[in-house]
Amino acid sequence: MFLAEYQSKEVLAQYGISVPDGRQARSPDEAQRLCKEIDAHKFVVKAQIGAGGRGLAGGIRFAATPSAVAQEAGRLLGDVLVTDQTGPAGETVELVLVEAAIDIVQSCFVAIALDPADGAPMLLASGAGGVEFEQRARMDEDTVHTCPLPEDSAEARAALADFLSGIGLIEAQAAAMDAIYAARKAFIGNDMTLVEINPFARTAAGDWIAVDAKVAIDPNAGFRRPEFASMVADRPAPADELAAQKHNINLVRLDGNIGVVTNGAGLGLATNDMIVDAGGRPANFMDIRTTASSMDVARGIEILLDDGRVSAILLTIHGGGMTSADTVAEGVNFAYAKATRKLPVIACISGKHAEWGHRILRDRNVPVESCDTITAAVTRVVDVAGQGRAR
Amino acid sequence: MAIFVNSETRLIVQGMTGRSGTFYTDEAMRYGTTCVGGVRPGKGGGKHLGLPLFDTVQEAVDATQANASLVIVPAPQAGAAMIEAIEAGLGVVVCVTERVPQHDMSRVKQVLQGTDCVLIGPNSQGILTPGQCKIGVMPTVNALPGQIGIASRSASLTSEILAQCSKAGLGQSTTVGIGGDTLHGVGFVDCLKAFRDDPETEAVVLIGEIGGRGEEEAAAYLDTVDYGKPVVALVVGRHAPRGRRMGHAGTLSVLGGGTAADKIARLRAAGVEIAADADDVVAAVSRARAQAAGTAR
Repeated sequence: MFLAEYQSKEVLAQYGISVPDGRQARSPDEAQRLCKEIDAHKFVVKAQIGAGGRGLAGGIRFAATPSAVAQEAGRLLGDVLVTDQTGPAGETVELVLVEAAIDIVQSCFVAIALDPADGAPMLLASGAGGVEFEQRARMDEDTVHTCPLPEDSAEARAALADFLSGIGLIEAQAAAMDAIYAARKAFIGNDMTLVEINPFARTAAGDWIAVDAKVAIDPNAGFRRPEFASMVADRPAPADELAAQKHNINLVRLDGNIGVVTNGAGLGLATNDMIVDAGGRPANFMDIRTTASSMDVARGIEILLDDGRVSAILLTIHGGGMTSADTVAEGVNFAYAKATRKLPVIACISGKHAEWGHRILRDRNVPVESCDTITAAVTRVVDVAGQGRAR
Repeated sequence: MAIFVNSETRLIVQGMTGRSGTFYTDEAMRYGTTCVGGVRPGKGGGKHLGLPLFDTVQEAVDATQANASLVIVPAPQAGAAMIEAIEAGLGVVVCVTERVPQHDMSRVKQVLQGTDCVLIGPNSQGILTPGQCKIGVMPTVNALPGQIGIASRSASLTSEILAQCSKAGLGQSTTVGIGGDTLHGVGFVDCLKAFRDDPETEAVVLIGEIGGRGEEEAAAYLDTVDYGKPVVALVVGRHAPRGRRMGHAGTLSVLGGGTAADKIARLRAAGVEIAADADDVVAAVSRARAQAAGTAR
């Protein structure tokens, strides 16, 4: 659960990390007006969306004067940004952050996460950060260096200094370490799963500034971090995905026309792989959680039936412990009983109560075609969805 | 033999009196797992499902000689429950609870360091040694005792593949769900090592997915040893978009977390037979066995 940039910076600033002076604006006029409050000789206007990859998608614009700020804000607000992390529909920009532009002498990357190997906090860092950093890091694993990040102490600082020197973070090192330990405190104290500061920038004066920051709060710790609930509520997320989430279904929008219904994340990924291999395009990823009731499943199916892009539905269900196949079939039946748009269903149902599941779909007049293997069901649904498009 | 759990396993259930705890304890007993007690603070001295209840894990262990625990408590309490089980010296701790906070798992993993405890999960379907011991939430209708060891990150996909294996006559020695979370107990490498030492296991199937480093670590491990048994891997999420969480917390690759293509390339280079998709695992096991037989000759 990522916080928006301005929220991330607010949290980090509370721990003493320097961030650029900035204000949020929802209109070009407001953006221009707020420039007066910002002590700067030039500005930067940044789209506030949930996904990364924003810089390369044109979501960060520099402006020399308040009127230029208004112009850039006008271009961004209401625009849809498509980055490599938003999905094909992109995200509409409803808020911009107007900030003092920083004269950067050195751009670094620093992040804190828990090490999957031993569970302890670790620092990920690079002496060369910046907008294209993610792409570069993806190409070359050696871009990011890691070291354990135990609590602040003289001994820990000595080890950290060695590490930072090794990656080329040498100037104003003590100040950089202060910022890193402050970020660690924020990370531990707020159930964060990631703090990422990029660029972590050094100015000519020797200050380290979090020019951009991304904080992820553990959604599973929401019960003890109620203060973040309102922050996340502010954040735009696809309505369908939120609705599904309320019904114990993990849904991710994709750009195809085959609605996919599966119980389990692995089974969902496996099914979508097979659809693409067979020449089809999934409209979504779906994982019905074990806690979902048949009414929850029905809501998930309704979301797919209401989606005009979807022309056929594939069920890949393996009945397990608590979500047995009949629970899912019952959910499909509920949704179809109410629906006006009854799309063809291709089903591969196995596992606990599979027979029962088949019978429910057949007897209640859901337009279902059953297949014995996932391969057969996928082949068939790709065919049916293709015909649906032609019609 | 099998790995981690067998007919000698004596299980206690932490959270046995809850709805899920009751359901899965009952299922485990029906399957033949030796269940010896339950832990529910405040209900010590009572009975549930015919088994004695204890206030603490230590009391349960002292009274019943339990050597394994199933943790099936709400997420906010799961971290502390795992730590209690590890500190009581249990050999195997299985946590099926979903949505355990990461910072709680951070503490669990630090307590785990230096102990011999095998932690399975959290967010795992559990562990099943067919015909001997079930600890978890997986269905057992399609399980068949045999020689294939399975380690996986996802529950229902594993059940599907297990069903396909059994249908083809490929029984299982043990199936381990390592769980879908970023921070978890045993990983693929631990399972590979255990299956290698298990005389009953003849071949191993790994079921992986995008995100995390588990598959890469498995490949690195297999590179360094003469494993001696065929290994098959299925890695799903080949066509999933990057940077978006797909159900499991572990699928989100924030920083360089492996793509499916990369994981597949590394496993293949380490001598692993790759299953093209979820319906190709049984055939991949045959290919890997044939290849192993050919090399042996």
